[in-house]
This record gives sequence, C-alpha cells and structure tokens, in this order.
Amino acid sequence: MDALVAQLQMQFRDYTISLYQQGFLDDQFTELKKLQDDGSPDFVAEVLSLFFEDCVKLIGNMARALDQTGTVDFSQVGASVHQLKGSSSSVGAKRVKGLCVTFKEYCEAKNYEGCVRCLQQVDIEYKALKTKLQDMFNLEKQIIQAGGRVPQVDIN
Amino acid sequence: MSITCELSNLTSKKAKESSGGRKWIKKPLLFLILCGLTVSMVIVLLMFSRKEETGSCDGEARVLYRHQNVTRSEIHDLVSLFYDSDQVTSFECRKESSPGMWENYGITCALNMRCEKEETGGAPLNLDPSGLQHYISSTARVCDNLEQSLLQSKEPVNHDEGLNWDVSTYLRNTWWCLILGVLVCHKVFVSHSRAPTERKENVNPQEALAHKQRPQTAFRGAGKWRKNILLLGVIAGVSMSVWWFWDTNEKIILKRRETLENMCDERARVLQDQFNVSLNHVHALSILVSTFHHGKTPSAIDQKTFGEYTERTNFERPLTSGVAYALKVPHSKREQFEKEHGWTIKKMETEDQTPVQDCVPENFDPAPIQDEYAPVIFAQETVSHIVSVDMMSGEEDRENILRARASGKGVLTSPFKLLKSNHLGVVLTFAVYDTNLPHNATEEQRVDATIGYLGASYDMPSLVEKLLHQLASKQTIVVDVYDTTNASDLIKMYGSETGDISEQHISSLDFGDPSRNHEMHCRFKHKLPIPWTAIISSGLVLIITFLVGYIFHDAISRIAIVEEDWQKMKELKARAEAADIAKSQFLATVSHEIRTPMNGVLGMLKMLMDTDLDAKQMDYAQTAHGSGTDLISLINEVLDQAKIESGRLELENVPFDMRLVLDNVSSLLSGKANEKGIELAVYVSGQVPDVVVGDPSRFRQIITNLVGNSIKFTQDKGHIFISVHIADEMREPVNIKDAVLKQRVALGCSESGETVSGFPAVNALGSWKNFKTFDSTGDQNSGRIKLLVTVEDTGVGIPLDAQGRIFTPFMQADSSTSRTYGGTGIGLSISKRLVELMEGEMGFVSEPGIGSTFSFTGVFGRAETNFTITKYERFDLAIQEFKGMKALVIDNRKIRAEVTSYHLRRLGISADIVSSLRMACTCISKLGNLAMVLIDKDAWNKTDFTILDELLTSTKETSTRPPKILLLATSATLVERSEMKSSGFIDEVLIKPLRMSVLICCLQEILVNGKKRQPIRKRINLGHLLREKRILVVDDNLVNRRVAEGALKKYGAVVTCVESGKAALAMLKPPHNFDACFMDLQMPEMDGFEATRRVRDLERETNKKVASEEVPVEMYSKFSSWHVPILAMTADVIQASNEECMKCGMDGYVSKPFEEEKLYTAVARFFESS
Repeated sequence: MDALVAQLQMQFRDYTISLYQQGFLDDQFTELKKLQDDGSPDFVAEVLSLFFEDCVKLIGNMARALDQTGTVDFSQVGASVHQLKGSSSSVGAKRVKGLCVTFKEYCEAKNYEGCVRCLQQVDIEYKALKTKLQDMFNLEKQIIQAGGRVPQVDIN
Repeated sequence: MSITCELSNLTSKKAKESSGGRKWIKKPLLFLILCGLTVSMVIVLLMFSRKEETGSCDGEARVLYRHQNVTRSEIHDLVSLFYDSDQVTSFECRKESSPGMWENYGITCALNMRCEKEETGGAPLNLDPSGLQHYISSTARVCDNLEQSLLQSKEPVNHDEGLNWDVSTYLRNTWWCLILGVLVCHKVFVSHSRAPTERKENVNPQEALAHKQRPQTAFRGAGKWRKNILLLGVIAGVSMSVWWFWDTNEKIILKRRETLENMCDERARVLQDQFNVSLNHVHALSILVSTFHHGKTPSAIDQKTFGEYTERTNFERPLTSGVAYALKVPHSKREQFEKEHGWTIKKMETEDQTPVQDCVPENFDPAPIQDEYAPVIFAQETVSHIVSVDMMSGEEDRENILRARASGKGVLTSPFKLLKSNHLGVVLTFAVYDTNLPHNATEEQRVDATIGYLGASYDMPSLVEKLLHQLASKQTIVVDVYDTTNASDLIKMYGSETGDISEQHISSLDFGDPSRNHEMHCRFKHKLPIPWTAIISSGLVLIITFLVGYIFHDAISRIAIVEEDWQKMKELKARAEAADIAKSQFLATVSHEIRTPMNGVLGMLKMLMDTDLDAKQMDYAQTAHGSGTDLISLINEVLDQAKIESGRLELENVPFDMRLVLDNVSSLLSGKANEKGIELAVYVSGQVPDVVVGDPSRFRQIITNLVGNSIKFTQDKGHIFISVHIADEMREPVNIKDAVLKQRVALGCSESGETVSGFPAVNALGSWKNFKTFDSTGDQNSGRIKLLVTVEDTGVGIPLDAQGRIFTPFMQADSSTSRTYGGTGIGLSISKRLVELMEGEMGFVSEPGIGSTFSFTGVFGRAETNFTITKYERFDLAIQEFKGMKALVIDNRKIRAEVTSYHLRRLGISADIVSSLRMACTCISKLGNLAMVLIDKDAWNKTDFTILDELLTSTKETSTRPPKILLLATSATLVERSEMKSSGFIDEVLIKPLRMSVLICCLQEILVNGKKRQPIRKRINLGHLLREKRILVVDDNLVNRRVAEGALKKYGAVVTCVESGKAALAMLKPPHNFDACFMDLQMPEMDGFEATRRVRDLERETNKKVASEEVPVEMYSKFSSWHVPILAMTADVIQASNEECMKCGMDGYVSKPFEEEKLYTAVARFFESS
C-alpha cells in the first residue's frame, strides 16, 4: 500500500515537475496551491475550472469576432485577449499567458492572420493544459484514495 | 552648466584682453614718439622760417650799405674835385657819417655844399653861376635819389613783416584745425563706444537673438561711415599738404621776383644816376669851353690846358672814356682854319680798326669838301688821336651833332663800335653856343649860334661792368642793357647770354636824351633752387595726416572688432540661455522617462531578492537594488531641480501633521545618526497647530535634505536639532513663552553651551535676522501661519569663502567636499527653491569647526477646526490611555529635557523637569502619582539612582503602581540594553531620537501590558493584520477575482468581490462598510483610476457635510472623516507608476500575483495600529 502511495507520489512529483519544465505552469500555480488549505480544500480545482470556463467563453468570443467577414473588431478581440491574459497569469498557465502576449501584439497591430493563428494556438494550448492538469488531479485523487498525502512539489 | 559657460567665457575674454593689452601698450608709446617728433619738427620749421626772414633783411641792409658806400665814394669824388680845383675849403660832414643818420647826412652835405658854392661864387676864379647851378642841382638830385632809395628800402621790410605774420597764422590755424579734428573724432569714438553698451542694457537677449541681423547691419553701416570720414580726412590732409606746398612755393617765387625787381631797379637807377652825373659834367665842360675858349680873347684854353683839365677831372666822369671839343667850321672858313691850326681837317676812318696806339691822325685822309666841318681841336689825352678829325664825317657823329645843336641838350648816339676800340659805346654830344643865346631860342637860332661841339664817348660794357662791380649781389644777378629806340631792333649794349632766362625784369633807363630809350634786363644767374622749405613743411603735414589717419584707422578697426565680438557674445549668451532652458526641459522629460523603467528594474530586483538566492546572488541583487535606489533618488533630485528651473513645479495644498512628518524624518535618519553617534532631536513649539495645510512631501524633502546634510557633515559627536516655531513667536522677544526658543534668544546657544548635546553650535539668531519677511505681520487672521524651522548641527561648518555659493546648484563648498562626503550639491539648491515656493526664505549661519545652522521660513495654511489626519487615528486609543499621566524627566541639559517633555506632551503626559538625580530625590516627594521617570543616559548615575529608587519604592505603597523607569540613550548596543534591564532598575531603554510611534509602543508595553516588550519580529504575520477585515476586491476578471479572494481569505479577511468599477462605486459609498479595497486598474467601462477618483469625490463631499454638521455625526461612529484605503492591483510593475496611482487618490499598489511580503507592506500601513 505504502509502496503504491510512494510510487504514486513519485509519479505525481515527476509529472508536476515536467509540467513546470515544459512551461505549462509557473510559480503562480505554486502560489495558488499555497492558498489551498483546510478552509478551502478544492480551491485550486475551483479556480482552474473557472479558468477553463473562462477560456471557452473567451475563445468563443474571439472566434466569433474574427470570423466576421469584412470588418473585424480588433478592440473586442483585444479585450478578450487581455482578460485571458489576466486569468492565465493568475492561475500560472505560462504557455497560455505567453501566447496571449503575442496575440495581444497582433491584435494591436490589427494583424488578422496572426490573430487567427494565435487563436488556434491558444485553443490547442489551453486544451493541452486542461488534459495535463486533469491527469495531475487524477493522480492526486489516486494518492488520496490510496490513503497518502499529496506531496508539496518544490520546483526549484 | 550656464555658470561654467559664463566662467569660461570670462576667462577667455580676460586672456584676450591681456594679449590685446600688450599690443596696446606699444601703441601709445609709438603715438607719443610721433607726437614729440611732430612738435619738434614744427618748432624747427618755425625757427627756420624766421631766420630766413632775418637773412633776407640782412641782405637788404647789405644792399643799402653798399649803396651808401657808392654814394659816399661819389661824394668823395666830388669833394676831391672841389678840393683839387682849390674851391673847397673844408668838408667836415664826412666825419659825422654814420649808417643810421644817412638821411640827415645827405641833407647836411647838401647844405654845406650850398654854402661852399656860395663861397666859390665869390672866388677869384669867377665861376659861371649857371655852372654852379648845375652842380647844386646835380647834388640835390643825388640826395633825392638817396632819400627815395631809403624810402623804397623801407617798404619791403614792412612787406616782409606781413609775410611773416601770414605764415605764423597759417601754422596756428592748422594746429587749431588739427586739435579740433582730434577732439571731434574722439567725441565720435566715445559716443559710439558708449552707444552699444546702452543698447545692450535695453536689449533682452532673446529679442537680441531675434533681431540680431538688424543691429549688425547698423554696425556695419556705422563702420563704413566712420571709414568714409577717415578717408575724407586723409584726403583733406593730403590736399592741405599739396596746397601748403603750392602756397609756400608761390611765395618763394614771388619773393624772388620781388628781389629781382628791386635789384634790377636799383641797378638801373644807379646806372642812370651815374650816367646823368657824367652827363652833367660834360655839360659843364661845354659851358667851360664856351666861357673860357670863346668868351675870352685870346682863348684861355688851348689843347694842353684842355687835356690837362679833362685828365684831372676825369674821375668826375667815370663813365666816359674821353672827351673832345670840335669847332664848327663852315666850308668858307676851312682854309683859314687849317692855316690857323697848321693842319688839315681829316676824314674819320670808320673802317680802319687798328688799335689806338697805332693811329696817327696825320695818316688820315683830308676830309672831303662839305658845307661845314667839325674838326676836333681839343681832346682828352686818352683820345688825343682824334684831334683834327672831322666829326661831321662820321655817320653817327654827324647825326648827333645835328641833333645836339638843334635841341641844345646832350644827345646820345645809338651804340656803335667806338673809333679805334672794339667796344660798343655811345657818344654824347653837347653843342656850344654863343653866350648870348636866349633861353627860348628857336632851332634856327640855335643852329646859327652854334660855335662848337663837345663830345664824350662812353664805353658801355666797361662802364656797366664798373658800376655793377660796386653793387652788391653781383654774383646772383645778370644784367643786360639794351638800346630800344628802334623797338623792332634791340641793340645790346652790354650783357651776356648766361643766366636763368625763365624770369627777368625790365627796368627802363633814362640817360637824359628823350629821343633815345634804353632798358635794363635783369635775371638771376642761377636757376630757382629746389624749395626745400615748402617740401619739408608740406611733407610734415602729409606725415602727420598719415599718422593721424593710421591711428584713427587702427581705432576704427578696433571698434569694429569689439563690436563684432560683442555681437558674437550676445548671440552666444542668448544661445546659452536658450540651451539652458532647453536643458532643463530635457532633464525634466528625460528624468521622468528614466524613472518609469527604473521602477520596473527596482520592482524586479525586489522580486528577484524574494526568490531563493544563495548568499552571493543575494549580495549582488542587494547591491543592484541599493544602486538603483540611489539612482532613483538622484533622478528625483535632478527632476525636481529641472522642474523648478523650468517653473513646472507646483506645490500641493493638503492638510498634514507636521509633527508626524518630522517623526518620519527622524525615524528615517535615526539609523545613520545613531551609527555616527550623533544625537538627533526634534522639537515643535506648542503654538504650532496640529494640522497645517501645505505640501507635506516637499516639506519633508527640505527637512530630510537639511538633516541629511547635517548628518553627512557631522563627525561622531554632537547633535542635530530640528526645531519648529511660529515666526510670530519671535516678534516679541521679551514675551517668549516657549522654553526652547527663550533659551535661544536669551543666551545664544554657542556661548552658554546650552545645546542638546552640550557641544557648541552656532546660534540661529543670526540667520533669522536676515529674513526680510520675518517681521511682516497680518497673517494671523487670514488663516495662514509662517513657520520658522531651524536645523542646527555641530558639524564641520562651511568655509567662509564657500558660504556665498552654497545655494548654487551643483556647487559644493569645494571640490573636495564631494570626494569626502559625496553628494551632488543639488539638494540645498532645491531646498531653497522649494522654500521660495512656500513664500519663505532660507538662510544659514555657519562657523567652520563649530557647525552650521540652517533656518527657513514657510507659509502654511491653518487647517479647518476638527480636521485631523487619518493616520493619526491609530494612535488615538493609546493617547486616550496616556492622557493625564505624570512623568518626571531627569536631564542635565535643559533643552534636551524640553525636547523629551515635548514628546511626552504629545501623548498627553505632563512632565516635570529636574536637572539631576539628586534634585529628583529632593523633589520626588512633592510630585505624587508619577507614572514614569525618564532619565537621560548622561544624567545616569548608579549610586544616585539607588537612592531615588528607594524613594520611589517607598511611594509605591501609597500609589497603585510604581513609576516606570525609562532610560534615554542615543545609542546602546543590545548587550548594553539587556544589561541595563537585567540590573532590575530599568524597565525599558529608549533609543533616541524620540518619536511618537516608538514612544507609544514602548509605553504601551510597559504600562498597559505590564510586561516587557518582545524583541521586534521582523515580519508580523499577515493573518494578524488582515483578520476580520472587510475587504472589497474589484476585478473584471473572474479568475483574478477568485485568486485574490482566495489569497485574502487565507489571511482571515472577509472578502467581497465585485466585477466592475461601477459596482465598486456602489459599494464604497460612505459610511464605508469596508476597511480596504483592492482595485484592478484595467477594467472595461470604468477603470480603477476613474473609480478611485469618484470614490474620493464622494468621500470629500461627505466629509464636508460632516464638518458642517448636516449629517448626524453619530452615524459615522467615531470617525470624523472618511478615507477608505484603496490599493491598486496590477499585473505590470512598470505600468503601475506609483505617482499615477497617488494622483487619483490611491494609497498604494500591489503587484497582481499576490506576494505575501508585498501584500504585507502595502497593507501594514493601514492596519498596523490595530
């Protein structure tokens, strides 16, 4: 039993580190995790689900805005990108955040091609993150089910 | 920069001047030499011209003298004639002769002669009266001539004087003209050199820059005008010199001509006179012959007598070569005549030119038969060869004879070759008549009465030669004598071809024969000499002209250069000023631009330092951060300076507590001060209101700067004392209530040693007295107060020579200052400007070695009543607790004790002061119910304290609480402190400088809690601060909101979230339900700045209402004003410039992904007290 927990814990640690190393996550995620305590056990999950909901909504907005033939309202796209950037930085979704920065630049430059490309990338990226994080949460759940504790991962 | 520029300009100018000066030293020298040369030359010239005139006078005199001699010799001859003929007895007058009495002499001679002649009239010789008459008339004529010549000789003398006068006037006039010219030029020069300076005063540099073209052309025009004048002057000078030369030359020529005329006339006259004399004599001879030969029978004269007589009287006729007498013989009587004389009448051989010696009359042919003959019967020895020659046979002689007997006067032939001599000569013929011929006889009567002819031959060349030899200046003059009877054919009687033909003078000669005309032509032997006088004088004028011209040209070109330089300078000055302004603007802009990224750098560095760094990395990061902070503060200073210089700095007008600001400053600087062991003390007079209206940050800046300087320049001893008074307190020095001020005014700190630390300091009174606005009254009721702030230190002081420039930007006392103490030297300048903006003045007194005292005044507004500062509130509770307590301050220095009691007073604690522990012992019983005793470390004394402690514990029984003992120390190490405390005597050690917050904390711990304070934790748990706080989070981003909420909730805060600025505005209406608000800056519709601004507006309105009691006060609990802390949340450190947040009324900012420390520091300021 303990061996399983230890193995799971090991797996979890490695996986988390890999997430950091691949640039999916950054320190802010750690900070976020710190905020989760006994008072709010599902804080991180809650925030992340909020984030992903946000993502769906915003990406939908942007896709609609960019889909329009003729005049594209870049300011609307820009506002959405800004929102997304803020959200992603708050949860520590590093890659998404980075993409958002580029996206915002294209938006300001009113580069339609760039915007569309970025939008696609953001879509891919946030979905990838979602999968990764779900995997991670699954691991956590497994650990807890196995009766172990979710280990504190020191990134540095 | 502008100063350095001016300086370098100045020095370069100086250098230029010095180099120019050397050049100019040479010029006056040259000028002086030239002046001297000119003057001496002019003097020489003047003398020379006078000498010449005297010389010409001399010449005249000489002529006169010779003339006189000639006349004298003539008279002498006459006398000898008389003498020889035994008709003269005595003639004394000769001996009386003297050159000066010539006229008289002539007259006396004439008179004497007349007497003589009367005598001779009665002589046995029986001279014919008519002959005598001839004599007399001739002598009288001589006299007349003399007189005439004398008169004539006088005239030229007068003329010469006039000439002399003329020349000197010319010279004088010329000099006056020159001097006048110099004066005028000088005036012009002066006025022109002054004009630009006057213009300079009026012209604004920028205007000058704008209009620089116009004056330049004007100057160029003026320069041209001046040059033209100069050219004109030079031309005038040259033409004057030419004119001078021409004039002088003309005069010389004129004079020469006059001389020639005079000489010629003189010669002509003399010749004429001589000729006339001999003519008369020949006439007399004819009369003699008629008297003695024809009048007597038998004849008294024969050839021998005649020859003898004529030979002896020959001296009377020096011009004649010989005389002869021919008888008129008609053809009818020829034979008889030939018979009588024994020879035949011979014909004159004109062709035969054999010399006289070889001539034998016997060889001559007998005269051809004619109507009548004129054979010579008597002849002078010299011409004895013509005896028996018929005169009628010669062409000229015949004609002459005919004319002579017809006119009855002497007649002359035209010049012809004389018989038997090669000389040109003339023959004078007189007819001898019968004695009874009437005076008015007709021509026929005369011819009939003619009995003979007397002829005299004149040898002209020898004659003239002889005559001229007797006259002066024979070398200089050439004389020709012409017979001009026939005008077309002049016959030259005498003369040569030499001499200056260009100029000659003609004088007519009258030889007594009206039918014949003679002329004398005179000319100079030598050509006109080169007129050196004229050349020299005109050359001098020319030289002077050119010299003066040169000098003026030099001056003009110098003026032009100076003007050009001035123009350049002006332009440069304007440019420099423009550059200065541009520099300030540039600095203001650039500093601002630098600040923004620097904030980013600093923020990031701080974040970097919060990450896990090893010691080395941490050190580097700290160093970088420290440098960055220094840089930011420097940039701020530069920005301030630039802002002030470009006039863009404006002061805020907000209410603030001056004491708190001072506390702040002292706590900020206490570290440094304590490090150096300097005592820092703050004192604010009780009359200064709690809250004043002004710019707290600028006030703080000034104080910080002054105190910072003081700390910098104070070395390990002494104190820095900041005191604030109301300027009005100083107005009546007698009635000063404030103890500190009283001591200052009454004693003067430096003399009595009554300072905070005991070290002497400079009395601030000196600088106060210099304040102009110090005594102005009338601000008392207008809601404005003037504060007087003094910062006194015991530092090195400011060197006397540097005191003048201490307020100049970037100028420190000397260059070594920045080496020793660092700093840019900009702080004081900024402070002074800020003080000026506060309508105050800044001054200082300083003594090297003792210290400096800076003072400044500033006008602040009085705050409205009941208006307190929010920050003050957190102390309210504590102050309530302490109110009414009593304390005892034991300090041997009065001022320091006053400072301590001031700080206690702020907490509502009344304090008594005693100067020593012993004193305290004596009076402790009187002062009952002491809450605390504060003892300065200097007054600490263990033995004395033991006594006091006993006394205190004795009173313990009566009072509920024993007084707490506090020790005040400037610096104490932890070890010392714990030692002190462990000794049991002391409850707490207070480290000076005292400040309210520290004092409150300390007192709270020992009094309220009754237990010793824990060592200060470095970081208070954030949870403690935020627990139960109601906090509003405003963010449009759901995720962010959630994260922030989570973060704050973690620390126990009660968090409410809203998603827009509008919603936030609705929640933040006073009375507030929130303790703080975190606001996102970038939100749609209404961003954080705008929302905050609105909230603040609302608060202000409400506060006003509360103040005017429109709204019931109880509704707002104990708060008398509303100000909810609003903190900005931003993801971007760089973007979130602190200034911008503050401007719209925010209290601080936190970077968005919350970091614990940052959150703490931001929040701590608001929740610390609780």
